[in-house]
Amino acid sequence: MAFTLEPLPYAYNALEPHIDARTMEIHHGKHHAAYTTNLNNAIAGTDLENLSIEEVMIKGFDRMPVRNNGGGFYNHNLFWDILTPGGAKAPSGELAAAIDAAYGSFDAFKEEFTKAATTRFGSGWAWLCAHKGGKVEVCSSANQDNPLMPGIGCGGAPILGIDVWEHAYYLHYQNRRPDYIGAFFNVINWDKVAARYAAAK
Amino acid sequence: MKKRTFLKTAGLLGTGLLLQPVIGCSNKLLQGHALPAFTPFSLPPLGYAYNALEPAVDALTMEIHHTKHHQAYIDKLNKALNGQAYKGTAFGIAEICALVEANDAAVRNNAGGHYNHSMFWKWIAPTTDNSIPVDLQTRINSDFGSLTELKKQLSDAAKNRFGSGWAWLTVHKDGHLFVSSTPNQDNPLMAALVEQPGTPIFGIDVWEHAYYLNYQNRRADYIAAILERINWQAVFESYTLAIQR
Repeated sequence: MAFTLEPLPYAYNALEPHIDARTMEIHHGKHHAAYTTNLNNAIAGTDLENLSIEEVMIKGFDRMPVRNNGGGFYNHNLFWDILTPGGAKAPSGELAAAIDAAYGSFDAFKEEFTKAATTRFGSGWAWLCAHKGGKVEVCSSANQDNPLMPGIGCGGAPILGIDVWEHAYYLHYQNRRPDYIGAFFNVINWDKVAARYAAAK
Repeated sequence: MKKRTFLKTAGLLGTGLLLQPVIGCSNKLLQGHALPAFTPFSLPPLGYAYNALEPAVDALTMEIHHTKHHQAYIDKLNKALNGQAYKGTAFGIAEICALVEANDAAVRNNAGGHYNHSMFWKWIAPTTDNSIPVDLQTRINSDFGSLTELKKQLSDAAKNRFGSGWAWLTVHKDGHLFVSSTPNQDNPLMAALVEQPGTPIFGIDVWEHAYYLNYQNRRADYIAAILERINWQAVFESYTLAIQR
């Protein structure tokens, strides 16, 4: 069964001023749509055709069109899901405790995550991942790779991710990637991240 | 004079834009002498107005690309070099690229960024002369069959580079031309880390920052526009220097 591009759970302008409507519309309607189409084309008629996206990314890892477009499809689904207008400032509950345990404080985690996103050279993503057992870890990966893929990033399951391809921010922020990363922290849906953490740990 | 020759072959000496001190660049020459002072790199002037390539490349893109992105590579390269010649011997940007190692990320990324952009500005400089010098045309016909085929290969390489990077037309050390692409700010001078080393004589920047303000996701349209704006005199200058190597 072919993968489909789901509509965003909010309007294109819902994340303004942090992420502008035009960026959201092109990012979802063009970039994410292209990954979806190219993924379907890459797996059509192959042994990957009826697998879950997670299985496709792992079993198709050595096929570049599958790796790139499978990652692009999965990563953007996660990204739209963990964003929301009017996000809370910080997580709570067991996720907050896990972040404190790993980094000492939310601010220290934020600094580490920001550093990972800022220093990813070229196109890629920065992640917060949850390992089995509950430990969380920050890492980054190139292009559309993600930590579910073999040998990529810190392993574990990504529960929060920021897209640092220039297409994610260039129309509004141009070369000022750090400003975009700072703004991202205003629109994180920590409830969704916490739910992903609970499922992954 | 080997290093000096290398600098020339990289196509940098002719313009003076990127010329760093080239005196005494080999260890042998330096024995018994004080190291020449290292001059930090600085942003070369574009040589034309930011709007000169419109509508192919818009003025805002050119200005940010030159004054922000290119400048940042230079600043970070200077910081990474910390006032010293790279590996004690490399003063010029092409020499640094030739010596850089894969795990030396700060120099790899930023020396590449400086070299690549410095050459790109020249290769796409506005011109009213679209003719290809006959020697280069002959070489293109010999290696690709036609200019159309060369442009097709460049276009394919540029479109298929996933993520950030460059597509290149490069002179192999045996003299033939080939098309390749590299990720991020790598380039074919970086013999330690590219599959197909050589001296680039043309390149297309396909980082999204090179086209996103005007073309957004339509990378193919940007590539087509650039391929119609090649300054063949500048490419020929790079070619001439490369084959003298």
